[in-house]
Amino acid sequence: MSFVPRAAIAAALLAALGLGAEPRPAAAKVFGAESFTLANGLTVVVVPNPRAPVVKHMVWYRVGGADEGEGESGIAHFLEHLMFKGTDKRPAGEFSRLVAKNGGRENAFTSYDYTGYHQTIAKDRLEMVMALEAERMTGLAITPEEVDRERLVVLEERRTRTDNHPASRLREQMAAVQFYNYPYRRPVIGWEHEIRALDRARILAFYRRWYAPNNAVLVVAGDITVAELRPLAEKYYGAIPAAARVSRVRPDEPPQTAAREVVLRDPRVPQPTWSRSWLAPSHLWGAKEHAYALEVLAEILGGGASARLYRALVLEAAIADNAGAFYDSATRGPSRFGFYASPRREVAPERVEQAIEAEIARVLADGVETGEVERAKTRMKAAAVLARDSLETGAQALGSALAVGLGVEDVESWPERIGAVTLEQINAAARYVLSGTGHVTGRLLPAAKD
Amino acid sequence: MTKLLSLLAALAFTVPALLAAPPAGAIEVQQVKSPGGITAWLVQDKLNPILSLRFAFRGGAALDPEGKEGLARMAAALLDEGAGDMDARAFRAALEDRSISLGFDSSFDEFGGSLQMLTEHRDTAAGLLALALTRPRFDADALARVRSQILARLRRDAESPDTVAQVRLFTEIFPGHAYGRRSRGTLESVPRIGPEDLRRFVGARFARDVLVVGVAGDITAAELGRLLDRAFGALPSSSAPAQIPEVAPKIDSRALVSRLKVPQSAIAFAAPGVKRDDPDYYAAYVLNYILGGGGFTSRLHEEVREKRGLAYSAGTSLHPLRRSALILGGAGTANARVKETIDVVRAEWRRMAEGGVSAEEIENAKTYLTGSFPLRFTTLGGIAGMLLGMQIENLGPDYIDRYNGLINAVSAESVARVARRLLDPARLLVVVAGEPEGLAPTE
Repeated sequence: MSFVPRAAIAAALLAALGLGAEPRPAAAKVFGAESFTLANGLTVVVVPNPRAPVVKHMVWYRVGGADEGEGESGIAHFLEHLMFKGTDKRPAGEFSRLVAKNGGRENAFTSYDYTGYHQTIAKDRLEMVMALEAERMTGLAITPEEVDRERLVVLEERRTRTDNHPASRLREQMAAVQFYNYPYRRPVIGWEHEIRALDRARILAFYRRWYAPNNAVLVVAGDITVAELRPLAEKYYGAIPAAARVSRVRPDEPPQTAAREVVLRDPRVPQPTWSRSWLAPSHLWGAKEHAYALEVLAEILGGGASARLYRALVLEAAIADNAGAFYDSATRGPSRFGFYASPRREVAPERVEQAIEAEIARVLADGVETGEVERAKTRMKAAAVLARDSLETGAQALGSALAVGLGVEDVESWPERIGAVTLEQINAAARYVLSGTGHVTGRLLPAAKD
Repeated sequence: MTKLLSLLAALAFTVPALLAAPPAGAIEVQQVKSPGGITAWLVQDKLNPILSLRFAFRGGAALDPEGKEGLARMAAALLDEGAGDMDARAFRAALEDRSISLGFDSSFDEFGGSLQMLTEHRDTAAGLLALALTRPRFDADALARVRSQILARLRRDAESPDTVAQVRLFTEIFPGHAYGRRSRGTLESVPRIGPEDLRRFVGARFARDVLVVGVAGDITAAELGRLLDRAFGALPSSSAPAQIPEVAPKIDSRALVSRLKVPQSAIAFAAPGVKRDDPDYYAAYVLNYILGGGGFTSRLHEEVREKRGLAYSAGTSLHPLRRSALILGGAGTANARVKETIDVVRAEWRRMAEGGVSAEEIENAKTYLTGSFPLRFTTLGGIAGMLLGMQIENLGPDYIDRYNGLINAVSAESVARVARRLLDPARLLVVVAGEPEGLAPTE
């Protein structure tokens, strides 16, 4: 399930300006989250979920792959790995040993727009992980040898995720073609030659520039209240001084009018796959007013077996093994709206391409239907209720929203805003994105074995 | 881009090997019996208007007939592709319009299913489940569609280093036994499976005498009783007799290579393990945590990743089966360094077999395994799955309260003894899929 609420600049601004303000309880909506801000600029969010005496503690930094400089692709992710080494006060590996010893699970992730660190642990150990996480916010200590050894691990990760898989290699190269100028064109894990060239000094400079309380969001989900968390947040994170404010200015994307095609042939591809994507607005980039409507459109066209594409290509025409649509409304920069299909083995890929083009033409000519709009909105609102079940979903939704520049209210009001989307808005959004000529088509094709 | 240890996930739908315990007294397990006589274990939880149900029929893909490998899993893929008066389109729409999640899959030993929905749709959901279990249609177009999807998956798997290594490992270890065959089937067997096979499978396997149910969420015991009858009441009372023979894993010290043109080799390895009801199970569980189970802190993680940068992830897991048992492990390493990685793994096998574990390692393992136990109770699906596993493994409804005691009773001596029993370097079979340097292909 992709539950990625968003939007409304006003609310995001309010949250940003709410320094030291009282918690603003968002009327019990999706997650019932509350937020406050420390004097040093750290944004804190509490997502209540009292089922088990467990908390999920996350620190999100407002920095990711798209904030890297020229020639240093992969540096945000490389740094994420090195954050598991030592600090001024602690030898390498002790962080993980302490978390494990106390029954905690931990991990980290790097995306284009953010980097996150998290632990899930019994509530009575929360203070310990807060102390540890606060320590590595500014106290990281790494040696050149550790950097070199970890580089080998990062290169293995690149092989595991990308180099070993033709479909992943095509995705990586399609992104490089989709964005002329915006840094989403570079892979988060980095190009191999640039990973090889990164050194300790550059990584530490990146760390010092971006890792600071005023560039971070603390999310704690679980059996916890604001009253319980606030003193702990003050004690461990409140003591860290704010850093010079870094503005996230990225090169922007020019208009795109040329259609492009990326073809990857590989002997390890047994059956072709096809995809096509357009640049699209998000809640934070471009014609933002279309973003909610695009979310509903993606659900109508590609959200499951009763959506238009699966029904037409897989269930009815029986020409594809799979077909769907994708759209992420929560990107800080330009998003993509796209379609994919895997033709059946006996079917020429062109037939699938034509069938999807026909579905797109139908949407542009006739628009969507009232019944399918209502069904899509009902499913999306139900997803928001089902999302309350797990600790993860709420923490993830709130953390990612705040890290890209949205507010608590954008998440909590998501069902209402989806509910308010009209058929006319969906049709306008479809025309806005899908009538453009500057799309990228990807073809993954078999090649003869040598 | 996580540092996640995602090994062995390919083995699909295995009952949780270890069912941990939540804070004593915090979780009340109710044993429910429906008016029609169907039993289930329930944890009532009113936090959200959601209900999660997990169930299984004992007997899984290991019972697929010779030459029809893949039958159970194909049935699993087809149950929501039309049932009763509804064709696939109508059935899927009935589920999706209400956001009801219904899914099936089969391991070697159990055929399992899960159902999750908003409380307001629970009667409809139970009715749809009943239709899927008792009146699946297996329409020709649905069968052709699912067959095409499975075959596409099998062709992709044949190029995926992890899957190639894993499949070869099981083929080598269980020759002539059902566990040595592929539960997903083969390019030869899947096209042979027809509607009659599927109907026979449903008639023989879906019955109340082999049914196990775990439920968590917004429902009372009385309401659940009625729901159970609605979902499962129409099933026949007994299944066809079925038996899988015991099998000792055939494991030696070879390193086998399946050649695949990839920059990074997948390394899979296996040693003899312990079954779930083995008296040494908990000692082996602690052993596995220290050896390769513990995320960023295990010996293998330390030696393979932290000290040498040989792999992004390296680890082990216990893999108990109904009629056999393994310890499985894996790592992904650049072709040039495969031999070094295997040497490190073998050295760790020997080190633990000969030297056992330290008091500190035992202590850390125990505090992790007991301390992390409430983490399994944070979702309804997790709770329902645990209730299901506890019944499948005959652990008793008080297992949750007993769990910490079972872990804390493990001594360094018992771990050392189990290490000597299981971690014999002469009984560690390795399969490499890739183009490893310095290892001869052994097709």
